[in-house]
Amino acid sequence: MPISNETVVRATGLGLTFQTNDGPVNALTGVDLDVRKGDFVSFIGPSGCGKTTFLRVIADLEQPTSGSISVNGMSPEEARKARAYGYVFQAAALYPWRTIEKNIALPLEIMGFSADEKKKRIERTLDLVNLTGFGKKFPWQLSGGMQQRASIARALAFDADLLLMDEPFGALDEIVRDHLNEQLLKLWARTNKTICFVTHSIPEAVYLSTKIVVMSPRPGRVTDIIESTLPAERPLGIRETPEFLAIAHRVREGLRAGHSYDE
Amino acid sequence: MSMEQPGFFKDRVLPIITVILAILAIWHVFVVVLNAPFERDQAARAGTPITFMEILPRTFVQERPVLPAPQQIVVELWDTTIDKAITSKRSLVYHTWITLSATLLGFAIGTVLGILLAIGIVHNKAMDRSLMPWVIASQTIPILAVAPMIIVVLNSIGISGLLPKALISTYLSFFPIVVGMVKGLRSPEQIYLDLMHTYNASSAQTFWKLRWPASMPYLFTSLKVAIAISLVGAIVGELPTGAVAGLGARLLSGSYYGQTVQIWAALFMAAGLAAVLVTIVGIAHASVLKRMGVRP
Repeated sequence: MPISNETVVRATGLGLTFQTNDGPVNALTGVDLDVRKGDFVSFIGPSGCGKTTFLRVIADLEQPTSGSISVNGMSPEEARKARAYGYVFQAAALYPWRTIEKNIALPLEIMGFSADEKKKRIERTLDLVNLTGFGKKFPWQLSGGMQQRASIARALAFDADLLLMDEPFGALDEIVRDHLNEQLLKLWARTNKTICFVTHSIPEAVYLSTKIVVMSPRPGRVTDIIESTLPAERPLGIRETPEFLAIAHRVREGLRAGHSYDE
Repeated sequence: MSMEQPGFFKDRVLPIITVILAILAIWHVFVVVLNAPFERDQAARAGTPITFMEILPRTFVQERPVLPAPQQIVVELWDTTIDKAITSKRSLVYHTWITLSATLLGFAIGTVLGILLAIGIVHNKAMDRSLMPWVIASQTIPILAVAPMIIVVLNSIGISGLLPKALISTYLSFFPIVVGMVKGLRSPEQIYLDLMHTYNASSAQTFWKLRWPASMPYLFTSLKVAIAISLVGAIVGELPTGAVAGLGARLLSGSYYGQTVQIWAALFMAAGLAAVLVTIVGIAHASVLKRMGVRP
């Protein structure tokens, strides 16, 4: 996978403080990070480390209170309005009254694609996530893993170059998760997208990423950024190799340094 | 099907029949108890002694009983529906139509008004704060007190007939629609709204593609309540108009002249009409939800 030097996301000294009834909460403090085009970046850390908040800042779903952030060289709001990214939530969030293909058509309808173009894109994205033939089903007729794949198809449908994924497989069992991780890597290789991926699974982060951002809580900050040395071609068996385990070890060290294992 | 038949009879038909039989039994007892004093008075006035066995059959055939027997009501219903021309002022079908037209018009206006208010309340904080208390306050005023005023005021500006009655139906029916639709339009979870935000969807798009479809189950639940109280509103609206036409008029004139059989026949007609209307809304509910792919 060729990785260019073009920066997609650049955060400098980024901070976000929520004002709550119990006083201010520092969700993010002094985050400096560059995501280059074609990167697969995982954000890992325990609950409350701000990894989801960071993703939501990129998506213009939260507003930072200090520092600066650019997405495709624009402000997150401009990037959102330019439909620069597709967002995949922890839950599939498919509309229950729409069939799978109508769910994929939702962003296309909103963005004003022609009927012809919609049909083509539905077909193509269903194929990308291996759901061809399931377009006419309603979400409840599909398993949890298939629903999440449909929601990825929906995020891919309008050809945004950046894919933001917030623990998309967190609610699925491990066997389904392994399978989807493998498929996601293939999809990433085929589509040449930049992916920001939030997870709290160390094997998942190491298996998927070209870059792993280790975060720690109270206040949410980055403790380590690891450039993966694993090859682009990654069969599931790669997780038994010493190289893989070495990176996993370094992630664990990063988490420990951030007091993520403290009670 | 053959496996289901006994279950259907045992689970659905049997309980209903049991209740109906129990009600009929209790009814007959009350017919005797409530109508017997009149027969005793008659006998006492005539100075002839009368036994209970002589009283018993007479309590079921009085012209103006305190409580009519069920069969008297059935006969009255038959006489005033099947046996009368629909155009006749004595036809119950004619009176039912008068009430039904006011009910449907009031229900339609109430539904539109209720939905519009709910949309305003959901999209506008100022409307939420200023309007909701008034909507609730409107329902604490007894409709029997408001109805004559609406009729009189509208009459004085030259509006009479169907519309004033319909407006009383509206007054009652818009309330469940507002409350249900505010809840329904606010029912989408944050994650769905975030999704729309990431697509840079306009609020009109968010409304039509998310809030409106999400509110459908709430809308139909409200519509069932609204259609039933629209009927109540139309009947109440007919009472202060001097009892010209409609089921309310039949109730009122029946009570003026002690025509209890007529009152009960009108009551049964109203109850039957309510059941039919609620059933129609229920069928519409089921078919819309089916089209929306709800899990059967």
